[in-house]
Amino acid sequence: MNDVPPAALVEIRNLSKSYVRGDQVIPVLVGIDLDVAAGDFIALMGPSGSGKSTLLNLIAGIDKPSGGQIHVAGVDIAQLTEGELAAWRAAHVGFIFQFYNLMPVLTAFQNVELPLQLTGLSRRERHERVDNALALVGLADRMEHYPNELSGGQQQRVAIARALIADPTLIVADEPTGDLDRVTAEEILDLLGALNRELGKTIVMVTHDPRAAGRAARLVHLEKGVLVD
Amino acid sequence: MFVPFLVFRNAFRHKLRTTLTIIGIVVAIVAFGLLRTIVDAWYLGAEATSSARLVTRNSISLVFPLPYNYAQKIRQVPGVTAVAAANWFGGVYITESNFFPQLAIDPGPYLDMYPEYRLSDAERKAFLLDRQGAVVGRRLAERFGWKIGDRIPLRGTIYPGTWTFTLRGIYDGADAKVDENQFFFHWALLNERIKQIYPRRADSVGVYIVEINEPGRAAAISEQIDAVFKNSLAETLTETEKAFQLGFVAMTETILVAVQAVSFVIILIIMAVMANTMAMTARERYSEYATLKAIGFSNGFVAFLIFAESLGIALVGGAIGIALTFPVTRAFGAALANLFPIFAVSRETILMQVGCALVVGVIAALIPAWRAARVRIVDGLRAIA
Repeated sequence: MNDVPPAALVEIRNLSKSYVRGDQVIPVLVGIDLDVAAGDFIALMGPSGSGKSTLLNLIAGIDKPSGGQIHVAGVDIAQLTEGELAAWRAAHVGFIFQFYNLMPVLTAFQNVELPLQLTGLSRRERHERVDNALALVGLADRMEHYPNELSGGQQQRVAIARALIADPTLIVADEPTGDLDRVTAEEILDLLGALNRELGKTIVMVTHDPRAAGRAARLVHLEKGVLVD
Repeated sequence: MFVPFLVFRNAFRHKLRTTLTIIGIVVAIVAFGLLRTIVDAWYLGAEATSSARLVTRNSISLVFPLPYNYAQKIRQVPGVTAVAAANWFGGVYITESNFFPQLAIDPGPYLDMYPEYRLSDAERKAFLLDRQGAVVGRRLAERFGWKIGDRIPLRGTIYPGTWTFTLRGIYDGADAKVDENQFFFHWALLNERIKQIYPRRADSVGVYIVEINEPGRAAAISEQIDAVFKNSLAETLTETEKAFQLGFVAMTETILVAVQAVSFVIILIIMAVMANTMAMTARERYSEYATLKAIGFSNGFVAFLIFAESLGIALVGGAIGIALTFPVTRAFGAALANLFPIFAVSRETILMQVGCALVVGVIAALIPAWRAARVRIVDGLRAIA
């Protein structure tokens, strides 16, 4: 691991990502430079195909860049092996997906507990944490429900509790309101805002929705793989 | 407990699919067990032999008899401790479907040589004293409801006429491998009747059972016996009792090989079915596996989930299949009791069934687990998004 002093929580330099399709090399991100400070709430916006989800995936360590550097909390994650990245994600990243991505065979409680299975916490400690997280997202009374017994908004709350549970350095959210009606989306955005303001969580969110983007502290626009402001 | 719970919940997510897969494995394991038991039953005659017994027969073929006076000469060969004549009778009890083996024997030496046929002293004495007496195995007596003192008529096919015997004894096998489906009577009676109807065929026997004092010298003693009768009108072929029995099995070896091949083909088929089930299952869950990996679970953990699920399903099916093999083979054995006097599931068959279930579980999971472990997180997540 190449460690550097953390000037910003996320420090991206000359980042590029391209895909190869047959003989063609398709650039998705080109020369991205971006800093995300600890406690920041950034919204990545841009049209479809602009590379915003790809950038989010690279920051979250679920994809590898073709070039450049990404330092998160001082760790150059581009240099980590697959196994090291998995351990790094478990400790540092909380994920919120557009379609919640909950395990359908696990209850809300068990879904939230999932990331803690990778820690050395005792059963009692895990349960305490899960109780608190579910209370925080307002689902203390739904912990024994399975995902298919919950509404979309409730499932996304469970996903947020799961993202929070291991106290990650960074929360990444990919279109967290994309599958929700307006009222529910507002509730989820309120919750994300509260996590940022009250718990100091650093959030990087991809969204198409200007209203959602308006909740972020900072907007970053991407077009054709390039940061435009 | 988290991992077993997750595996269990995943395995029964599609109840119908999993149930049908388990039923398929059950049927395959039962069929495998049944076919292996048939093969075992075929070889059981050879298994129940003694290394201290040789069989001397006509070297040309078993259908050619040997002179009765050979017994005396065989007895004089060093290492031989006893000799008994035995002759296949081939009679019919009421109808042909009631088949069971009947042998005319030298009762005294023969019963001495087969201590595994357990007969009470009183019944043995009664049999030896009654030239028209017969001794049968317990299973045969139970099959036809015979009791001591019953008169049993047999219609001769090789030796014409109706032969009526008085049941003087019922023997029990010393262990499960002993055939309790046989009928023994006095060779002297047979010879007496043959003398009357076919005088030229009298004083001849089918085979000699030879008891030796050193099983390790069986080959040498066999050679010595055959050397005694070399260049005679009826040369002999002596072999161990096991080799003699295996000679019968060899006549049907092609069938046995086919039965064994079918038993493994069944396992191959269910392996393909199971592999298809696991492939479908894994494909449907790529986004879940990608989510687990995004959260921080390793590729190995994802592969383990698939292996554990596949093994779990295969072992549940295997366990039920093994449990059902016993009643199925019992019913099958009862229906074919005259063909397979001993029809029992062996320990080796059970171990092979367990092995087959394990192999099916592992092989079926190999490719799906490898694919799920290798799938890129972003591609897996795209499976929904």
